[in-house]
Amino acid sequence: MDNPLSAAQAAYLKAQARRRRLVLLGQFLLFVLFSGLWELTARCGILNDFIFSSPSQMIKTFLQMTEDLSIFRHIGVTLAETVESFLIVTAGSLAAAMVLWLFPALAALLEPYLVMLNSLPKSALAPVLIVWLGSNTKTIVTAAVSVALFGSIMTLYTGFRQVDPDKVKLIRTLGGGSGDVLKRVLVPSCIPLIVSGMKVNIGLCLVGVVIGEFLAAEEGLGYLIIYGSQVFKMDLVMMSIVLLCLLAMGFYKLIGLLETRISKKRAG
Amino acid sequence: MEPILELIHVSFSYHSEKGETAALSDISLSVAPGEFIAVVGPSGCGKTTLLSLISGLMAPESGQIRLLGRPIGSSGANIGYMLQRDHLFEWRTVYDNVLLGLEIRHRKNDRALARVDSMLDTYGLSEFKKAPPAALSGGMRQRAALIRTLALEPDILLLDEPFSALDYQTRLEVGDDIGSIIRREGRTALLVTHDLAEAITLADRIVILSARPATVQRILTPVFEDSCDTPLKRRSSPLFSGYFEEIWKELKANG
Repeated sequence: MDNPLSAAQAAYLKAQARRRRLVLLGQFLLFVLFSGLWELTARCGILNDFIFSSPSQMIKTFLQMTEDLSIFRHIGVTLAETVESFLIVTAGSLAAAMVLWLFPALAALLEPYLVMLNSLPKSALAPVLIVWLGSNTKTIVTAAVSVALFGSIMTLYTGFRQVDPDKVKLIRTLGGGSGDVLKRVLVPSCIPLIVSGMKVNIGLCLVGVVIGEFLAAEEGLGYLIIYGSQVFKMDLVMMSIVLLCLLAMGFYKLIGLLETRISKKRAG
Repeated sequence: MEPILELIHVSFSYHSEKGETAALSDISLSVAPGEFIAVVGPSGCGKTTLLSLISGLMAPESGQIRLLGRPIGSSGANIGYMLQRDHLFEWRTVYDNVLLGLEIRHRKNDRALARVDSMLDTYGLSEFKKAPPAALSGGMRQRAALIRTLALEPDILLLDEPFSALDYQTRLEVGDDIGSIIRREGRTALLVTHDLAEAITLADRIVILSARPATVQRILTPVFEDSCDTPLKRRSSPLFSGYFEEIWKELKANG
């Protein structure tokens, strides 16, 4: 691999780099264009900025809220709830998928219920959770966990079952039990699946947290959105939505980073 | 000498909702220590089933399998099993793959590690210890898989068409290679294959199975000149084609 690059290869790499730069530039321009148009139309009165807000209004609101640090508290709360439910989903679904694999009878028994719970719109559960658990963080985290958990269990369990049966046989012929199969074959061979599942789950957890905060919170970005709409402060609502966008993108990038690190390590 | 492995009137059927499929019917066979046995038969005749039964992964429906003179399960015998593909795990280095069996049985002691190291040395893999399995050629991968199996010092080695996934040239080389390793290490081996040439050149005795349900149709003992001491040399012996034809006729006779 240390050979000097041929001219054609160098030209190819250069073209690729150029393409990447152009895409990045395009993405940035799209953002500038969108927010510029929004700002402009709001200022000329084409858009009613009382209803639609505008980028400058959002920034103003944000800056105001940084003065008393309240915005950081709201972001922090949403962040903490999302991370907490994400960790519960990740660990819980892995454990549950392992148990299902170890006990096929249990898996057969529970299958229709898992399917049902997975397709149930979790927002329907939120009011019930408030009654059961009260209007607090516990409800919010439970709502978020319920959004992501069942799908994640099913994905992992299917992944475990798709592992080459001969690899399982190999462990058995070497004298290993089910624990060895899980530890040395199923989990390691499903690492890519687990990480790509994490990417989905972090997004779903954020959805669940916001649903929970709509109904059972006094802080957090979801709460700000509901509160803002009730008192008709659309600047607050829009700003919170933009912050949620940034949060979601941040989470996604973070797990993407983990994914590339793992695949690099695997490639040796 | 007392046989290392004995099959006494072993039968086995598979069951599904669509019906019953008899795979093995009344198989009797005994294998002496140090012997290399090849089992050939039409495809789907239950060769792999035979190995699964001997390794204790499945239990026979009737009959008995004895290892070292005792029923399997209570014999404490150590069985090595080589699958069709090497199944080296890409998330482990070559060395960690080779140590997999020792790790599972908690036998990673100094003596075992020294043995593995010397095998890796002898069979030309020591410089690839830290490499991922993808860095190995097809033949080297099979050698690594064999060392993984031999690390547990099995009393008997079961080989389930271990060369069938390789291309033809590699296959000849690896067959030669693995055959000589097994002989040099003085192991008893039972090879299942559908490649007649492989069976003739590697084995001391060849067990010919009939179509399903498999019965032992004939046992053949190929004898070669003393000068033909490796599988590749046996292939070019004038006696080779005679044995080939004999087995071919047997297989065709039972269709």
